[in-house]
Amino acid sequence: MAIKDYIRERFFPHMWCPGCGHGVVLNAMLRAIENLGLNKNDIVMVSGIGCSSRISGYVDFHTLHTVHGRALAFATGVKMSRPELHLIVPMGDGDALAIGGNHFIHAARRNIDMTAVVMNNRIYGMTGGQYSPLSGYGISATTAPYGNIDQGFDIVELAKAAGATFVARTTTYHVQQAAELLQEAILHKGFSVVEIMSQCPTYFGRKNKEGGAVEMMKRMKDITTPIGSKAKEAQPELIERGIFVRKDLPEYCSEYNKIIERAQKQGRR
Amino acid sequence: MSKTIKFIQGNEVCVEAALYAGLNFFAGYPITPSTEIAELLSFRLPQIGGRFIQMEDEIASMCAIIGASLTGSKVMTATSGPGFSLMQEALGYAVMAEIPSVIVNVQRGGPSTGLPTHVSQGDVNQARWGTHGDHAIITLTASNHQDVFAMTVEAFNLAETYRTPVILLFDEVVGHMRERVVIPDKGEQPLVDRLRTAVKSGVDYHPYLPREDGRLPMSDFGGVHRYNVTGLAHDMWGFPSGNPQVVHGLMRHLIDKIQSNAAEIARIREFFLEDADCILISYGSSARSSLHVVQNRRKRGERIGLLELQSLWPFPARIVREKCRHAQTIVVVEMNMGQVLEQVKLAVEQPERVFLANRMDGVFINPTDIRNILRLIQGRGI
Repeated sequence: MAIKDYIRERFFPHMWCPGCGHGVVLNAMLRAIENLGLNKNDIVMVSGIGCSSRISGYVDFHTLHTVHGRALAFATGVKMSRPELHLIVPMGDGDALAIGGNHFIHAARRNIDMTAVVMNNRIYGMTGGQYSPLSGYGISATTAPYGNIDQGFDIVELAKAAGATFVARTTTYHVQQAAELLQEAILHKGFSVVEIMSQCPTYFGRKNKEGGAVEMMKRMKDITTPIGSKAKEAQPELIERGIFVRKDLPEYCSEYNKIIERAQKQGRR
Repeated sequence: MSKTIKFIQGNEVCVEAALYAGLNFFAGYPITPSTEIAELLSFRLPQIGGRFIQMEDEIASMCAIIGASLTGSKVMTATSGPGFSLMQEALGYAVMAEIPSVIVNVQRGGPSTGLPTHVSQGDVNQARWGTHGDHAIITLTASNHQDVFAMTVEAFNLAETYRTPVILLFDEVVGHMRERVVIPDKGEQPLVDRLRTAVKSGVDYHPYLPREDGRLPMSDFGGVHRYNVTGLAHDMWGFPSGNPQVVHGLMRHLIDKIQSNAAEIARIREFFLEDADCILISYGSSARSSLHVVQNRRKRGERIGLLELQSLWPFPARIVREKCRHAQTIVVVEMNMGQVLEQVKLAVEQPERVFLANRMDGVFINPTDIRNILRLIQGRGI
């Protein structure tokens, strides 16, 4: 199937700014789905609120554009009722980890089979450039005119600690890797998290003098390195890319099916 | 045929009725005095192949039932005041995206943590206007277990008929009281199934294009029609739109589908109203004390009656006006500072004849409380 068959052309052009990284994520996501040969009727994409969350409107799956921060909670209801469906949940960094932080850790803890994609551009884009829990110390934002004093989360560490059974990270510069990781994440049976570092030239770039989209993407290439690379030893501040966690633990919906069996057996007794 | 008769709590009746109505997905979070509903459903739902999940909070619970409803499940959550407050944003989403769902609020004293184990009817207005933005909503209530059963089934039926969230506003006394209830046989109380689209695969399906009768046939997530659902103002495809004409049409549809059917949605019970000079108006557990007072005074020849409201929103204003037309005194009995009182005053022809008999201190309003207030109103002293 051609990539075009996965999008709703009727709803284009999209609303993202020129140079925004979210289009790259959309591309990677569709390539992953195409490679996996999934049936469009078997995919439910659930998103929250923000620039990144508009991604669900553009794709030809069952799409649920919800409220800010709660995409994973809506997705949990869909998945519990129809466990055979593939749930993909794209979120922004503020959406997933500020207002949605509680749902994020609990979905990870349950190990419910869905793929959380955190499109991390370290800023609230839709509301005009406020600092997020991923901005990090010292960053400039419209709500941090004197510099941000909030420490940032590390999405990978947070997801690991919360119990996610698949955790990966890449950037919009590494578009091939993004597609590969998303493919692996969707295939994984359990709660998978893929952080995709993305650029917001309109707000983050401008506020922090990181230049335009090209400069920002080049920067993501320069500040990241594959997991376990020699470069990391020499420069410990480099951010690692790749798969950090991949393990098998009982998946929530499969476990619930066992509950149903147990309950029905007891009922017959 | 032998009837199934049970002697159980109101919360348990709610569970029996929800299962009777076809409930197969429940998400919730523990909160007094509604917790028994979640506990019992965690036991009962898997027995019928349904699904129960305890979420991380009430926000997530409301979100999860919306997601489940979109796959074709009949869904419910249950909570009390503080949890109901947390659900309000997602409740508005269910209004906007037209998601059939049932939300039970077993009311306790508020505001804030208030009186967790004590009765109140303080959430009447929150049920109406808790979520932001202009909207219509359906809210039912009940004073006894037979009605808890009937109204719970009705809530599921109305949710499907109008593609809307329906709020069941019970209170702590009804929720925890034990009383006899007759479980109807299968088929005895009619059920409304989900209206699904007849549009075939490959043909354009418009999820948000109402039929002539205002109803919108649904298509289950996972089925052959892929469409967008959003809390943004949206067009007939479910795609975000800021076009004033589209927004106007959407708002009119959302409000009219309920307000224009207010007469069909209205549910009341009446006792001795034909010749009543004095009419008590009440709902929920306070209607029990009201009925007791009315029955006692009837025995003594007083022309007193009770109008019990089983639907609170849309407020059955027309019925209240007609029933109260010839009454000299109208007394609203409720456990709050007069939330239904205000509606009654707006509804009747002579609002100066409307009085309040209330308690809002966590103590159940009993017949003596009502009698004392009646004596004051009637100028007879206590």
